[in-house]
Amino acid sequence: MVTLLRVERLRVSVGGREVLRGLDLMIRNQEVHVLFGPNGSGKSTLLATIMGLPRYEVKEGRVLLLGRDITKLKPFERAKLGIAMAFQNPPRVNVKLGYILERLVKKYDDGILNELNALGIAHLLKRNLHHGFSGGEIKRVEMLLTLLQRPRVALLDEPDSGVDVDSLNIIGKVINKLIDEGASILLVTHMGHILRYIEHVDLAHVLIDGRIVYTGEPKEVLNIVLKKGYSFFKDASRRREMYAEIEGSPKGKS
Amino acid sequence: MPRSKDHLKERAKKVLERGEAGEIDLKGYDYGEPGEDEVKPEELPEKLLRRAEEVGIDLGSVSGGTYLQIDHNVAYTMVTDYLKKQGVLIMSTLEALERLEWVKEYYWKAMPVDTDKFTAMTELNLRHGYFIYVPAGVKIDRPIQACLMMRTKRIAQPVHNIIIVDKGADITLVTGCAAMVNEGLHIGVSEFYVKEGARVNFIMIHGWAPDFNVRPRTAVIVEREGTFTSYYVNLYPVRNLQMEPRVYLHAKARGYLTSILLGKGDSTMDVGGRLEFVGRGSRGEIISRSIITDQATVIMRGRLIGRAAEARGHLECRGLLLSPSARSKAIPELEAVTEGAELTHEAAIGRISEEELNYLMARGFTEEEATSLIVRGFLDVGLDKMPRRLQASLRSILDTVAKLSKG
Repeated sequence: MVTLLRVERLRVSVGGREVLRGLDLMIRNQEVHVLFGPNGSGKSTLLATIMGLPRYEVKEGRVLLLGRDITKLKPFERAKLGIAMAFQNPPRVNVKLGYILERLVKKYDDGILNELNALGIAHLLKRNLHHGFSGGEIKRVEMLLTLLQRPRVALLDEPDSGVDVDSLNIIGKVINKLIDEGASILLVTHMGHILRYIEHVDLAHVLIDGRIVYTGEPKEVLNIVLKKGYSFFKDASRRREMYAEIEGSPKGKS
Repeated sequence: MPRSKDHLKERAKKVLERGEAGEIDLKGYDYGEPGEDEVKPEELPEKLLRRAEEVGIDLGSVSGGTYLQIDHNVAYTMVTDYLKKQGVLIMSTLEALERLEWVKEYYWKAMPVDTDKFTAMTELNLRHGYFIYVPAGVKIDRPIQACLMMRTKRIAQPVHNIIIVDKGADITLVTGCAAMVNEGLHIGVSEFYVKEGARVNFIMIHGWAPDFNVRPRTAVIVEREGTFTSYYVNLYPVRNLQMEPRVYLHAKARGYLTSILLGKGDSTMDVGGRLEFVGRGSRGEIISRSIITDQATVIMRGRLIGRAAEARGHLECRGLLLSPSARSKAIPELEAVTEGAELTHEAAIGRISEEELNYLMARGFTEEEATSLIVRGFLDVGLDKMPRRLQASLRSILDTVAKLSKG
């Protein structure tokens, strides 16, 4: 399968502090990858850097989309090439959601708006985007906007944080729709709640201190995370033990 | 004879004798004499037609009725046969005062003649303005248009408009005021009488020029269960614009004022609205949106005065600053005179944040698109209160405001 997104030796600073310290990642066409990691390990920074948000300063390395170096492209140029992101903490925008949707639909020539009712956000159309929205509403709206962009690569930053079961269910459906439409997905999740709702996940990565320290089968990785915590991955001397615990050899690198 | 014209003139003169201070020198303009032009619509110059179109007036269309005044002269008045049959009257206010004795009962009754030097000056130098009467129960779908054009430099255009909409009648009035020269003074006194159960949708679009001083003086009396909905848009720079339309809402009456202001260049605008809830169960809302750029200053005022029980009012002023030297101030005032009146307000002035821009850029909008999305989205208010058939043209006027804000 074609390599869609490749991240090479990426070093990124935010406000002068190095957050990503030489990170490599490869996502093929239509693959779904999950990113685990403790708070502050650099998960959101990785997604924001792939999206090209300012403040995230690439010191070294590059981001390639279908072999094209996009490291210096502006966010809207990346969006045009098919990268979209569901923000973890999106800013409040002083424009009504309905108006933003109208403009997005025009831009992406989309007919997905009939999903509105299914997503349970029709009542938010006349309100300014993310102003006083509940946690679940923010996540659902972010997922809808991402879906509307018909992305090739969807970067989903903790779509399952702080939401109730009903919202989880809906968000899972949107992710499955993205998968059905052939998007590749890079999904950050804190506790892995969302995984139960997704059709398939190909690989899981563990990100610690700005590096991917482990890549493997999603269920196994989640099990270890839940059972032993991230400290288990931090201690390099226990790598062997870790491998022993996971049956078979890991697909990725350590 | 308290109602005599002489008495009104005496009161007006007294105001001028007070010698109110202010930055506008009323003597610096030519007041001319009121006259008639008797122009045929098809003879109007292209430039004037286009200017009128910019302020929402289509002089080529067969609307319900049209009043066009250029400088001090009535250019033409058109009333369709259909409206004539229904008894609708549209004419110059001077003509109405001359021809119809009963009009005096409405002359300076909502707005006192001695309100300030501008109302006084209008009484002493009246140069037409339009008079509209709609008989009880007459509902007109097509808008009535009134256009006040100024095309001679450094003149004053003091007009007095009187609009009477009788019981249960329903009209939409579109007024466009525009300048074709750079300098002048426009004083527009407007008195609206919305009778019991009547409905008036009032759209006013201003397109002035950088050296214009503008003083609209509007008062609206909305009787029991009547509705007055106004939508005001200011498109172009002015030197100084100040107004605070007053709306008196009687029992169960409704009043909605929306204003959209674009402050550009060196403009100073001080625009407000005042709703007085004088009758039980009256409701109303004032919404204002200002976009301020260059060195312009915009003051947004709003006043809700609750004098009756079960009155509900809301006031919302928002300003968006697009340049470092733009200035804005919001002054909302609530005054609940009676127990049981419920008045609320919100006000906010801000700039477009980097975060908002970056977010929208990640959604695929260029920086310019994101800015115009925020600006245009900011203006997207109050249309749902206007008749459906006018929403499209108002939308395109808001598009124009967003475009003009770019520079």
